[in-house]
Amino acid sequence: MKSSGGVHLKTYFMLALIMLFAPLGNVLLGKGMKGVSGATSWQPSAMLGVARQVISSPFIWLGVASLLTFFVAYMVVLSWADYSYVQPASSFSYAVVAVLGYLLLGEVVTPLRAAGIAVICLGVFVVGRTSPRTTDPV
Amino acid sequence: MREALLLFLIVVAGTGGELCVSRAMKTAGEVTDFRPAGLVRFVLRALRVSWMWLGVALMATAFFSLLGMLAIEAVTFVVPVTALSYAAGALGAKLFLRERISTQRWVGVFIVCVGVTLVWLSKQ
Repeated sequence: MKSSGGVHLKTYFMLALIMLFAPLGNVLLGKGMKGVSGATSWQPSAMLGVARQVISSPFIWLGVASLLTFFVAYMVVLSWADYSYVQPASSFSYAVVAVLGYLLLGEVVTPLRAAGIAVICLGVFVVGRTSPRTTDPV
Repeated sequence: MREALLLFLIVVAGTGGELCVSRAMKTAGEVTDFRPAGLVRFVLRALRVSWMWLGVALMATAFFSLLGMLAIEAVTFVVPVTALSYAAGALGAKLFLRERISTQRWVGVFIVCVGVTLVWLSKQ
């Protein structure tokens, strides 16, 4: 990865976008799906009605837009930054989703759940610190 | 039970989809022409690989399963437990793509599984 100040600033900005938009997308999808009635039914007729509600929910579309923004930012930052640098940084998304879930949806994050999320962040960070190449170079 | 089934679909279909797309991209070859027409040609070439269609279908299944789980469970529960896909991804990469997985990666996967267990227990 290049080490100029401009590239660092650009990378931090893109990482901030990744860490914000991935959890925000999931929170918005969650908000949208909580407003869909009959979503717990497995009957085909009920599922058709659910599909109509999903398509007409602005929160679902905002969630999809957020996830697309995350995806574009992820692809863009990978064009100049190493995967082994980007992936561990994105592990903090799991902590951000807990904060956003608490702040925007009023969800309760118990100490056990918070501990679990912290352990997951650590695990994803460790996975991300391994070499991205797992096959022999061609 | 329903949560477990949806989580299974999210993790297995999502990871399976990514593995299928990965295999399809290796068959389709490397992107060398980044001009719009070149990218369109590449996408059309990738779509001729049957693994790509299977991958897209599996990823769509995972997305709709995620929506289903978000309808019945808290976001702060659903998103963390989907980290189980790191374990499925490592297993799939080893068995399906014949990749080498380092000890450190297995350690990371184990830590993720411990975290997912804690989050799952927090639902009780």
